[in-house]
Amino acid sequence: MILESFSHAFDLVLTFDKDFFEILLLSMKVSCLSLLLSCLVGLPMGTYLAIKNFLGRDTVLIIFNAMMGLPPVVVGLILYLLISRSGPFGWLGVLYTPTAMIIAQMILIIPIIVSLTAQIIEEINEEYKDLFKSLVISSHKALIAYLYDARYSILTVILAGFGRAISEVGAVIIVGGNIDHLTRVMTTTIALETSKGNLSLALALGIILLLIALIINLILISLKTRAKKRMYV
Amino acid sequence: MFDNQKKSKSLTPIVVSNLSLLLGKTKILDKIKCKIHNETIVAVLGPNGAGKSMFLKTINGLIGVESRKINFNSIEINDYIRKEIAMVFQKPILLRRSVFENMQFVLENKNKLSNLEIMKFLQRVNLDTFKDKPARLLSGGEQQRLSLARALLINPSLLLLDEPTANLDPYSLNLIEEIILDENKKGKTIILTTHDMGQAKRLAKEILFFNKGKLLEQTKAINFFKKPKTKEAQSYINGKILL
Repeated sequence: MILESFSHAFDLVLTFDKDFFEILLLSMKVSCLSLLLSCLVGLPMGTYLAIKNFLGRDTVLIIFNAMMGLPPVVVGLILYLLISRSGPFGWLGVLYTPTAMIIAQMILIIPIIVSLTAQIIEEINEEYKDLFKSLVISSHKALIAYLYDARYSILTVILAGFGRAISEVGAVIIVGGNIDHLTRVMTTTIALETSKGNLSLALALGIILLLIALIINLILISLKTRAKKRMYV
Repeated sequence: MFDNQKKSKSLTPIVVSNLSLLLGKTKILDKIKCKIHNETIVAVLGPNGAGKSMFLKTINGLIGVESRKINFNSIEINDYIRKEIAMVFQKPILLRRSVFENMQFVLENKNKLSNLEIMKFLQRVNLDTFKDKPARLLSGGEQQRLSLARALLINPSLLLLDEPTANLDPYSLNLIEEIILDENKKGKTIILTTHDMGQAKRLAKEILFFNKGKLLEQTKAINFFKKPKTKEAQSYINGKILL
């Protein structure tokens, strides 16, 4: 069956299967957008938490750390209750749309980005803080400098976030609904095809999903290895 | 507010009055009183743990103390004054960037961008050929020279050097000492800590001698080495353990 699945996977790619590419494209679109938005929120937030001392800082960090292990199905369920027609945000009309899927993924990714970024920046802050204080660097310039200098380590954070997004199924199936041509993504298709007993197609999609993750990992790791040689990590 | 027109020469005299510093229950600095005059080179001497580095850090505002305890030409320390002070740390703090980018960062912070100026300073510390090299791949001496060049780039009125030549090869040591003397001739006030008696003799006009957080002597360098006033200083010069 594995060989059959590999051949099925090749067929899907080589024959430019329209449905398959639609699903693949939506998967990438949803994952990349949620990752991008999560980074825009999470990177500055993580950096701020790492370099600023304020009352309750440790509590905030503990909460974000704990949220890294949020069960996706629970997130999906809570979000469903919030954005369903009878929910407080029902008026937005985003249930069963890619927007809802992006929001669900963001809730899962932001804690990862914030916590890991805070850890990385805390380390670099120990190195730089005297220099920055001595040079009277403003907080926003310091924030940019920290993120820039930690860029190669941040790649790992982005990778972790992407991994969480692309492999996510529990939350997106609840708020997305797995609607064909609208909210069907790789993972929800795999779940559906498995439940239908179409194991070879499910496995083929799984192989392609793994390949995508592998390629992205390879690119980022080679960038990081190059940076390590220059002691930029 | 600090007068920008006068700031290039207006940091001195630096008057430290009754400065104490407690870290936890340990007294790091104990009622320090001293006056540092214009365009001088002061060597801060004393055994390990005497409070020399902490003294430099308080002058630089890195460690918070009551601002009225340190006055720069009768003005309490503030950000305008701190921008006129540059510090070179004992262990060079270099950004995870190239040599050139490390220099550029300082100028960007001052909203000035001049590649020519950067190259001029890199040539001065003989690092111009390494401009594209990652800064953290430089040798210890080269890293310290880069730190010094970066500090000079902001054209400070007061230069604080925390053991700038510790563990350096003779070439880097000589180069750094030449630059220190040269910058002093140009009008900069320099305070440095060192354990190198020869260096203190070669460079310093004045000596501050610390022991156990206390300033035991402030005197002209020539007098300090000829006839120290305290037995602690005498023991320190003779290489004896201070108890």
